[in-house]
Amino acid sequence: MTGARLNTLARLRGRIERIEAGADTHALHKVALGHAEADATLCGGLARATVHEVFAEGHQGAAATGFIAGLAGRLTSRRPLVWVRQDFSEIESGALSMSGLAELGLDPRLLVTVRAADADAALRTAADALACDALGAVVLEVWGEPRQLDLVASRKLTLAAQASGVTALLLRLAAVPQPSTAETRWIVRAAHSPPSAPWHAWGAPVFDAELVRNRHGPVGRWIMEWKCDECLFSEPAANPQPVAATPAHRPHQAAAQSVFRRSA
Amino acid sequence: MRGRAGERGKPQAPPSPPSLSLTLPRKGGGNTTEPPDSFGAPHVVVAKQNNALQIYALDDLAARSGLEIGLPLANARAICPELTVFDADPVADARTLGDIADWCDRFTPLVALDPPHGLYLDITGCAHLFGGERALLQTLCGALTRRGFVVSAAIAGTSICARTLTRHASGKIIADGEEADAVGPLPVSALGADVAITSGLRRAGLKTIGDVAARGRHEITARFGAGFTTLLEHALGQGDAPISPRKPLPDYIVEKRFPEPVATDTVIAMNLSALAGMLVSAMDKQGKGARRLEASFFRTDGAVRNITVDTGRPVTKPVVIDRLFRERLDALNDPLDPGFGFDLIRLSASRTEIVVQQQRDLDANVHDNDELAALIDRIAARIGGKRVVVHLPQDTHIPERAVLAVSAQHHLAAATEAAWPERIENEPPLRPLRLFERPEPINVPFASVPDGPPHQFTWRRVTHAVVRVEGPERIAMEWWKQNGEALTRDYFRIEDAEGLRFWIFRDGLYEGELRSDEEGEPVSPKWFVHGLFA
Repeated sequence: MTGARLNTLARLRGRIERIEAGADTHALHKVALGHAEADATLCGGLARATVHEVFAEGHQGAAATGFIAGLAGRLTSRRPLVWVRQDFSEIESGALSMSGLAELGLDPRLLVTVRAADADAALRTAADALACDALGAVVLEVWGEPRQLDLVASRKLTLAAQASGVTALLLRLAAVPQPSTAETRWIVRAAHSPPSAPWHAWGAPVFDAELVRNRHGPVGRWIMEWKCDECLFSEPAANPQPVAATPAHRPHQAAAQSVFRRSA
Repeated sequence: MRGRAGERGKPQAPPSPPSLSLTLPRKGGGNTTEPPDSFGAPHVVVAKQNNALQIYALDDLAARSGLEIGLPLANARAICPELTVFDADPVADARTLGDIADWCDRFTPLVALDPPHGLYLDITGCAHLFGGERALLQTLCGALTRRGFVVSAAIAGTSICARTLTRHASGKIIADGEEADAVGPLPVSALGADVAITSGLRRAGLKTIGDVAARGRHEITARFGAGFTTLLEHALGQGDAPISPRKPLPDYIVEKRFPEPVATDTVIAMNLSALAGMLVSAMDKQGKGARRLEASFFRTDGAVRNITVDTGRPVTKPVVIDRLFRERLDALNDPLDPGFGFDLIRLSASRTEIVVQQQRDLDANVHDNDELAALIDRIAARIGGKRVVVHLPQDTHIPERAVLAVSAQHHLAAATEAAWPERIENEPPLRPLRLFERPEPINVPFASVPDGPPHQFTWRRVTHAVVRVEGPERIAMEWWKQNGEALTRDYFRIEDAEGLRFWIFRDGLYEGELRSDEEGEPVSPKWFVHGLFA
């Protein structure tokens, strides 16, 4: 059986379950992020068919975009992704680059971008897109704090996501968290690349992700690295700089060396 | 053009478009205008011609006072001191003529402009819908006259013949083969040829079109040129010049006329869905689906509103058409204003395609793509087709041109099959996630070596200390495409003290390529931030 058929069967089963048991079944549909601690906190991962918000300060836009692209990459699994964004956001923090997205391990072929002129159009389009169950996820990128994006709008998005089973990801740049009906809410900043040898490749996306709201569990803060090749989040390597083992047969030299290192 | 069975007729209605809805050009005897409120002083419209203000149009009162078109304004004032003068506004005239042409769409889809004051309508196969040619002519002239225009119209086998007739007398209907007899007695000015030709003909003693037609064609051609001979032949019904309609003929048209104008949204929506059903059943017989739909709303007061909806794939369901129009109508910046109501709603499919029926099986990919295409259509109907895009890779190294955003409606299939460059395993991203459309200049105080990366830079008034650098990645511009303007860029991946990762470049090389200032002196290369990594 091909993957597509399996996919279809899975979706049909999902639909039947949804009809039978109402909205609660979605709680079972979770996608693991790959980061063990975060997954444990989230009780298995990010819930599908809900709204997740990612907030970032204006200059941290790229990091938040990378994080949300990672979430979308985990959630969509070979299904189309609709990215709705405001024109202003593109001017302020740059357009989403397809080459960059491909480098993160996502497939630009599955992306449809909607350039909404303002927050109203963006919200409306996102709600429309959420109603289409052929999609994997819908990303709504909003700059600033438009008054249209209030509790009611957030509730509408949640209901639309529940009805169709499509996950909504809100990317809020230059905004501070406000009450909403989101399942999880994150604040994302860029984190340093782990220290490494000069010849070692650096620059894999590393995020300082703070979970500030989790409707069904505790919150937390982690440093996550996005593995572009495996398309999942992970803990950054604990000790990325390879350290030679202390030679067992020459303890005095090793001790001397460590003294030297300390003094240096 | 549709079948030519029966008589081809073209009533020509040169309703003279007024600036200020008042005065209109007087051409020959037929096209006079009667301003609705022409009591008191005579009115003229003047335009600057040959470096002098000359009369461009005038009303009957002015004509009766002895004024004529082309008379300098100073002379006119001397003849008739109580003259009221208006400036000519050709743009407004053209707009009015366009509006009248829009209104004429209700009679036939083939309406052509004959600037500055005329219209051609190809009424082949349409006349019977309005009770015959005579009735059609009366309806058309009556409606325009009621709105204050002075109209003269005629129906004839060729467009030029009809136009010639309207210059002299209104309301004539000439059967095929009788053109020569009909236009024969008319003065030569009715042909609408150049002033030089008309006066030349008069000087030669040829007063009527019949006189000219009686001469040998070669004589006329030798004296007045082949163009005039052709015009003459067309007027006499020998051969015809094709008219160029304003809009291409739609593939399918359905319409509904209302004896009582409809104005409420629900009734309009209901009728639109009924029309959608009719349109689909008409297309269905030939296995077609609509790619572009146009709804025209004809208001009782003559205003016409056209609303177009494009779709990504052929539409074959009335429900979909209905929904697309609902989205479009909802999102209009200036909502559909029914005024006193619409008396005609027309739905046409201006572009259609043959529908390939697809087998649906458990593999629902086909179905999924259909759903996505339908979603794209809906969004495009709401916010515009150019705002919903998919991306195609381009064969270039220049970062800002590496990806082309194209309309999702038209290129969805191409985008899903596009071949993107493979990512290199175990490498961090080499291209930024967010790319600025135009690179933003940054201030770099100094670099350690002339061609090296900066130690710190200021972007958007914030200074970033550089902690890690990788580069340069040198990208040369495509000299075979450009005229030497763009310089080679050295790109660096940079991480600052906060962990933010930038993609910056130096525009130009220190020893090789440099931009020069106004005095031709080379200036040191500038730095830009082009993108941000996640």
